[in-house]
Amino acid sequence: MDLDALAGCLSSSSCLVTQTTSGLIIGMLLFLVAVGLTLIFGVLKIVNFSHGAFYMFGAYFAMTAYQLTGSFALAMLAGAAGTAILGLIFERVFMSRVYGADVLMQLLVCYAFVLIFDDVVRLIWGPEFRSMGMPAAFQVMPLFIAGGVVPPYYLLLIGVALVAAIVLGIGLSRSRIGKVIRAAAHNPGMVSALGINTGLIYGGVFALGGMLAGLAGALAAPVRSLTPGMGFSVLIESFIVTVIGGMGSILGALIGALLLGLIRSYGSLGFPLFTEGLMYLFMVIVLVSKPTGLFGKEAA
Amino acid sequence: MTRTRTPGISRRSTLALMGAGAMSVAAPWVARAQAKTIKVGMPTILSGRVAQLGTSSRNAVMLEVEKVNAAGGLAGRQIEMVIRDSKGQPQEAARVARELVNTDGCEWLIDGEASSGSFAVHEVARDLGVLCVHTCSEASSLTADPKQHIPNAFRCVRQGIHDSIVGGSYAAAISKAKGLKKWATCSPDYAYGRDTTGEFTLYLKRFAPDVEIISESWPKLFQPDYTEVVTKILQAKPQALYSCLWGGDLTSYIDQANIYAMFGQMEVFAVNMADYTALTVVKNLPKGIHSGNRYIKTFPTTPENAAWGDAYKAKYNEYPTNWSWQNATAVMFLAEAAKKANSTDGKKIAETLKGLTIKCPFGADGTVTMRGDDHTLVGYAIGWGTTIPQEPYVPEVKAGDWKTIFELEAEWKKSKGYT
Repeated sequence: MDLDALAGCLSSSSCLVTQTTSGLIIGMLLFLVAVGLTLIFGVLKIVNFSHGAFYMFGAYFAMTAYQLTGSFALAMLAGAAGTAILGLIFERVFMSRVYGADVLMQLLVCYAFVLIFDDVVRLIWGPEFRSMGMPAAFQVMPLFIAGGVVPPYYLLLIGVALVAAIVLGIGLSRSRIGKVIRAAAHNPGMVSALGINTGLIYGGVFALGGMLAGLAGALAAPVRSLTPGMGFSVLIESFIVTVIGGMGSILGALIGALLLGLIRSYGSLGFPLFTEGLMYLFMVIVLVSKPTGLFGKEAA
Repeated sequence: MTRTRTPGISRRSTLALMGAGAMSVAAPWVARAQAKTIKVGMPTILSGRVAQLGTSSRNAVMLEVEKVNAAGGLAGRQIEMVIRDSKGQPQEAARVARELVNTDGCEWLIDGEASSGSFAVHEVARDLGVLCVHTCSEASSLTADPKQHIPNAFRCVRQGIHDSIVGGSYAAAISKAKGLKKWATCSPDYAYGRDTTGEFTLYLKRFAPDVEIISESWPKLFQPDYTEVVTKILQAKPQALYSCLWGGDLTSYIDQANIYAMFGQMEVFAVNMADYTALTVVKNLPKGIHSGNRYIKTFPTTPENAAWGDAYKAKYNEYPTNWSWQNATAVMFLAEAAKKANSTDGKKIAETLKGLTIKCPFGADGTVTMRGDDHTLVGYAIGWGTTIPQEPYVPEVKAGDWKTIFELEAEWKKSKGYT
């Protein structure tokens, strides 16, 4: 425990800028993965344990596209679109067959695919770790804001995640398709009776969730090493975010991810040997005081 | 008087059955003794995050075994490698090692495990009495601690304490020359990270007593994101940083530290940087990172070492790793010992290996020795240098002095109660 370092940071503007930005970076990347997870749970009632694999595929798709084209924009597009297509196929061919099944069965199927997807990546890209590399446009000096250090690439990352959060929030609450999705989440039988293809909605939501995780993987690819199984640790943190925010709540995922990012960032200063523990402790405190999570709804 | 045959099993049949039974029980040993090939078992890590290193271990062993077999084998017997995946799990490594000996009939073991698994395999070797050469574990206690010692196990690997002595004295010299008094450390939070960092700072402070460690970071092994670690180090404003992160963790860390322009703000000492696994993967390798040599074909600067690196690349289309040279050296030692002993008997080989010096591309003076009293490798090329972003990556390596290593290692052993 180093409370002096934490107190010193809280009284320094440069430290506050650096650590807060650091927390936002961690949080926003986590949000992109967790929001897909919570969306799939909210609509399909599936605890998608294979969700981390889409983050992994997004990173590998982006790296390959970047190596082939040299275009960062195309790399991001490949990461997001590739995983959306993969998510749609996965949902239609496999996951749609276990809807309504026991949760344990769903988890086992998902876990089997975690291992299968890792092996697929190993077969295609090899077992060794890879690095995409930072595009030249972002190989620049970091910005110095109030004495704090902020890399431009991370500003882009925060911006993209923020736009995704806003579009998703408005899309689901205001657009017609958003209303249909929300209706399908509450009463799929009624939606189906109205002549709406629920299979299409489910496939679309799964693809959207996969796309968001893939986008997160693509954004992380320039700064994280790529290796088979890389989605697992992100998945665990995403589950924590989802549980803290409330299963199925998009706003909860956003708040939960930001809180977790800030806990990690400031916790590394004040509690350097207990940063991981802090995350779990926070989750326990939230669940004990509000078992449905911060923005979760009580079961009817 | 005629003897009547009693019903049941006759004496002749009983003897025949007993004989057959004895033969069937003894068959594996009889067959083994007569076998033209000698089976050598190798548990190693062929899946998971460290699979690349395990694969490179297997490749290096096969490269050398092919040479030995082409030259007529060991005491007239061809080597047959039986290589199994331990998945990097100690319990699996122990199970696989036992199975290789008991079921597959392997007479020796080459243990391609990292530190955690090697101790498990070591206990199997202790139990079965089979000749075992550890080829990847750098944990010094594996051979330095007398409690671990068994007559049939050897370690053909660079050692943490050797690296720390050379690294600590190298860093201290630079520290004094450049006035680097405030240091930070950032190493993985497990035995290797803690031990190696502790030993490095021990020798850094010994040679540069005014050095102060102002910040320590212990990210967990295989942590995907180091942002909070990077910013914490930047806040501390050290003049120098030591890290023993390795593999994908090191490359992630460098990529993330790069965009904070961290490498321009302090001298960085990353012991595991100068290995092709990291050097060739990092796309924007910063200039001027200090690193210990792992495997690099330009150090030692000899035609033999360069030729070995090129031969490996020609066969496997990639450069070897630190684990490669260690595994290759193990096969070289075993071949030379079998030649000297004119036998493949494990006990005779073990006796011959003690104190054996062989010619080797990775030796500081062209030779390496299997030290007799603690069964560990000494005399290998060891040094530190600074990186550049393209080949040869570390153009100049300052070689460590083995006389100093031996002196300080002896002191260290005494302080740990090993002697």
